[in-house]
Amino acid sequence: MNTNSNAGRLTIFLSGFLFGLGLVISGMSNPAKVVGFLDLAGSWDPSLILVMGGGLLVTVPAFHLVLKNPRPLFEEKFFLPTAKAVDSKLLAGAVLFGLGWGIAGFCPGPAIVALVSLNSTVLMFFAALIAGMLLHHVILE
Amino acid sequence: MENFTPISALIGGLLIGGAATLTLWANGRIAGISGILSGVIVPGSSDRIWRILFVIGMLTGAVAYVVTRGEPAELELQVGPVGAIIAGLLVGFGTRLGSGCTSGHGICGLARFSRRSFTATLLFMATAIVTVFVIRHVIGGAA
Repeated sequence: MNTNSNAGRLTIFLSGFLFGLGLVISGMSNPAKVVGFLDLAGSWDPSLILVMGGGLLVTVPAFHLVLKNPRPLFEEKFFLPTAKAVDSKLLAGAVLFGLGWGIAGFCPGPAIVALVSLNSTVLMFFAALIAGMLLHHVILE
Repeated sequence: MENFTPISALIGGLLIGGAATLTLWANGRIAGISGILSGVIVPGSSDRIWRILFVIGMLTGAVAYVVTRGEPAELELQVGPVGAIIAGLLVGFGTRLGSGCTSGHGICGLARFSRRSFTATLLFMATAIVTVFVIRHVIGGAA
């Protein structure tokens, strides 16, 4: 069985559903909320610590338990990142991402769920996000 | 701290963590949104179907929230069209170059105790904080 089985497809859809719902409920799909957290010198809003903390509260113990299994439920193996080295690409990428995140208050997940607003500025951000990914693919992959 | 919303932030965070756990447990995948999205749009990538289903699931979750509440989610934009395009390009290019974003590095990578994810998370958080400081308090003046 694999992710292309019906059960695998259903669980991956459900994961996306819960992820999207969590992003909206948490407030992360509102850029004002994100920038309010990043603005330490303003009227600081610590909510995002609880979003990340809540996420890690689940994933830190759960990933540990899940990865003790020989394989996932609907796949032959776990697909985990293999890179180990902290290299210049990782550092430069994190800086560029942080710059864009600080400017607009959108990271990729919230930008996807905010699309349902059909707001033209969100659509422009999303189009540019896709363009940036494609640009990386064309130049560096 | 007048905008602090601890309950909804925690509930949302727990849901995100639960979703990332289900993704790994059931399908063996890392719920890193930038990786999933680029896998959908970049030509020639394999395993596109599960990524598309995940993104459709995210959109459905957002729609379900709006339908249940009977009003749109709050959306207070921080930029105009030009800022959105510049920021979008930076986020798109940067998350591919750095192999992840808030979810892949921040939620999943930290849970695997990855040194790369720990470094990336600290660095993009710090950069975003400095960026907001410069925009709001240096360029923006006394805000």
